[in-house]
Amino acid sequence: MSSQDIPEENLPTAQDEHGAVALADEENPFADPGLPPHEHRIQDIDERAARRSERTVALLFTLSMVATIGFIASYVAIPIDQNIFVWPIGHISALNFALGMTLGVALFAIGAGAVHWARTLMSDEELVDERHPIEATPEVKAKVLADFKQGAKESAIGRRKLIRNTMFGALTLVPLSGLVLLRDLGPLPEDKLRHTLWKSGKLLINQNTHEPMRPSDIAVGSLTFAQPEGLEEHDHDFQREIAKAALMLVRIQPDNIKDKQTLEWSHEGILAYSKICTHVGCPISLYEQQTHHVLCPCHQSTFDLADGGKVLFGPAGHALPQLRIGVNDEGYLEARDDFEEPVGPAFWERG
Amino acid sequence: MSTTTTKDARGKAPAGERVADWADGRLGIYSLAKANMRKIFPDHPSFMLGEICLYSFIIIILTGVYLTLFFHPSMNEVEYTGSYVPLQGQLMSEAFNSTMHISFDVRGGLLIRQIHHWAALVFLAGMFVHMMRVFFTGAFRKPREINWVFGFLLFVLGMFTGFTGYSLPDDLLSGTGVRFMEGAVLSVPIVGTYLSFFLFGGEFPGGDFVARFFAVHVLLLPGIMLGLVVAHLILVFYHKHTQFAGPGRTNNNVVGMPLLPVYMAKAGGFFFLVFGVIAVIAALVQINPIWAMGPYRPDQVSTGAQPDWYMGFSEGLIRAMPGWEIDFAGHTLVLGVFIPLMIFPLVLVAIAVYPFIESWVTGDKREHHILDRPRNAPTRTGVGVAWITWYVVMLIGGGNDLFATHFHLSINAVTWFVRIAFFVAPVIAFIVTKRICLGLQRRDRDKVLHGRESGIIKRLPHGEFIEIHEPLSQEQLHTLTAHEQYEPVEIGPKVDEYGVERKIPASEKLRAKLSENYYGEGHQIPKPTVDEFKEITSGHGHH
Repeated sequence: MSSQDIPEENLPTAQDEHGAVALADEENPFADPGLPPHEHRIQDIDERAARRSERTVALLFTLSMVATIGFIASYVAIPIDQNIFVWPIGHISALNFALGMTLGVALFAIGAGAVHWARTLMSDEELVDERHPIEATPEVKAKVLADFKQGAKESAIGRRKLIRNTMFGALTLVPLSGLVLLRDLGPLPEDKLRHTLWKSGKLLINQNTHEPMRPSDIAVGSLTFAQPEGLEEHDHDFQREIAKAALMLVRIQPDNIKDKQTLEWSHEGILAYSKICTHVGCPISLYEQQTHHVLCPCHQSTFDLADGGKVLFGPAGHALPQLRIGVNDEGYLEARDDFEEPVGPAFWERG
Repeated sequence: MSTTTTKDARGKAPAGERVADWADGRLGIYSLAKANMRKIFPDHPSFMLGEICLYSFIIIILTGVYLTLFFHPSMNEVEYTGSYVPLQGQLMSEAFNSTMHISFDVRGGLLIRQIHHWAALVFLAGMFVHMMRVFFTGAFRKPREINWVFGFLLFVLGMFTGFTGYSLPDDLLSGTGVRFMEGAVLSVPIVGTYLSFFLFGGEFPGGDFVARFFAVHVLLLPGIMLGLVVAHLILVFYHKHTQFAGPGRTNNNVVGMPLLPVYMAKAGGFFFLVFGVIAVIAALVQINPIWAMGPYRPDQVSTGAQPDWYMGFSEGLIRAMPGWEIDFAGHTLVLGVFIPLMIFPLVLVAIAVYPFIESWVTGDKREHHILDRPRNAPTRTGVGVAWITWYVVMLIGGGNDLFATHFHLSINAVTWFVRIAFFVAPVIAFIVTKRICLGLQRRDRDKVLHGRESGIIKRLPHGEFIEIHEPLSQEQLHTLTAHEQYEPVEIGPKVDEYGVERKIPASEKLRAKLSENYYGEGHQIPKPTVDEFKEITSGHGHH
């Protein structure tokens, strides 16, 4: 579209000077010159350009309709379990891809059409509105205050103090009922956090094989996860119990064990530690066999298993509890006691 | 209400008008429309940030309602028999099972789940950036302080709605996040253990939290947020939108396009644009693949466990904090967890109370509808950038493992960097930002006084080279000098007229000191005066 095709009388120069700039102020060169004059768009002066815009908007709305039909067709036609390869994303669900793209286009095209319509065909002349102060005029304020005083006086709340005080008392007390009702949200903690399923004589069950273990099953440098015998995944309270009883077993050359009690509570270099981090309770699972350190993958607390599980780095505040273990008459690993201290994150009553 | 009606040839008003008349007689819509139908909204790209938040909020509600049709908020253990083969036969909660059902067996379920989650991320990101826009342009000043607080509450509630939402599927990743929350609650002195038992209906994880989080996620928090959003919008209408300084734009007017038709078409269209883009993202980019993580078990975990981005800063706090624990008299004070738990709200409150501090320092009681350019409020801009820096440092802390693995750094080094940067980085950011702002103010001053550098070099007859500066138009001169500059608060003489020492309250001394640091010499560049301008332009002409 070249400008010589536009009818002469539509050109900006032929139109009224609208909103002309106020003349520069001699006294104040920084003065507000007022709104700049409105600049015409090509659609304002050339009907053919306007018609082109109209067609573009209509095309976008039509595209949206087509995309919606595509959405319904995809929903009906594409099986839910079909995967396709889309470069560069890779293999993805065909249905999710088709539904998302068609829905996206159907929505986006409506938006694009509306915005194009607004930008090219609706008036772009800026208008001015006056602002008014938010606060009320002094007369209004005086009237409201007088009304309030009158109302308060008629209620006699200031004069009859007995009513006022008992009302405040009642209103203060009544929410207590709601508070009391919350009591049964849960049981009291008592000493629940201090005990786990472990006790003397409980066999250590390998979490992978679900079998009890002999010391020979655990190689030096390995990491094994165990749970107490009798705890089954189908048990009603499995999640609650495993959250406290989860155990990790490592085997270290007894010479490498630095702490005396750690050595005493171990069996032939096999050490049993709580798997629950003492920071905020993530299960610890990253074991460096060379250094005997374990790292919590959540917040990177690092514990030294050869030295009583003490904290080497990170935000944990105390050592990992160790479980005293031994072997029973048949040669299977068993617990010799419950954990001596609460497992998992610290709490006020822990002490 | 309406007494005049336009009548067509048969003497009857058009149907639309009759419906409107009916409604007007009951709702008074004509009076409402008179004030609002042609309401003026100023235009600026940054004003669309708030719209993105509103639209993603609507998208979240729409998709969320759909998801509730299929989701079972229950922690009863069931065996998976759905169509995702790797998990068949596994025990999982009904919550996880139904989320698997939505993802694999409901046509379009996965798409809606992904739109819901992506829209939540966009919602939070939008609110964060929108809040920063409002902050850096000073749009929070009178009369908009309450709306700032509403917006802040929306951001905070949005975070918790997001947290309770992504915990609902009861997958391994979100369960780990819930465990973290439980550990944090346990650290609260005296009542922590009780709070935790009441929250989870006993010991963690118990069988209640999904149902309880569900009620909070779909009813309690969104209900409050919906109310706040409506209040936020009513106030935007009532106050009329702010605008940047410019020719014809004053503190007493609002210049822009009318609601009907331009703004309605643009804003309405923008809703579809936002929805469309999020739908395409949900089609292309997988989010929260719970099937890859598996159902939650308190004794299992995967590496690289990260919360959604908006919770990342709290994660950073907990990761960077040294493990302080104090045992005394049979009790444990878990400072290593409790201090981060207390800093977490403080970080947010720090930015929320800023408008009130600034208005106390300036003592300005007037309404402000013209936005500041960030450079013209160097101290405020410095504070804002310092806060963002602080936030980002914590965010880095929240991903310290990812920074370590991706950049081949030691995790200990990253953590120590975060510990130090937590204190140092905001200070550096403040100083640097303030310097940059002052530099930009000087540049504006030079532009006003000496004109724009044209890039044209001229050689004078005697050999000297000069660069030609083009004088600015009056519009530009006005825009660059429209901002107001405060004077520092004077504390007054130390002794009164009789030579008796005046008692100056400590708060006033503090205020004077802050004011000096905001508006004193060297803390803002005086804008050019008319006299300076005239002297230069008349003195040695344009060169």
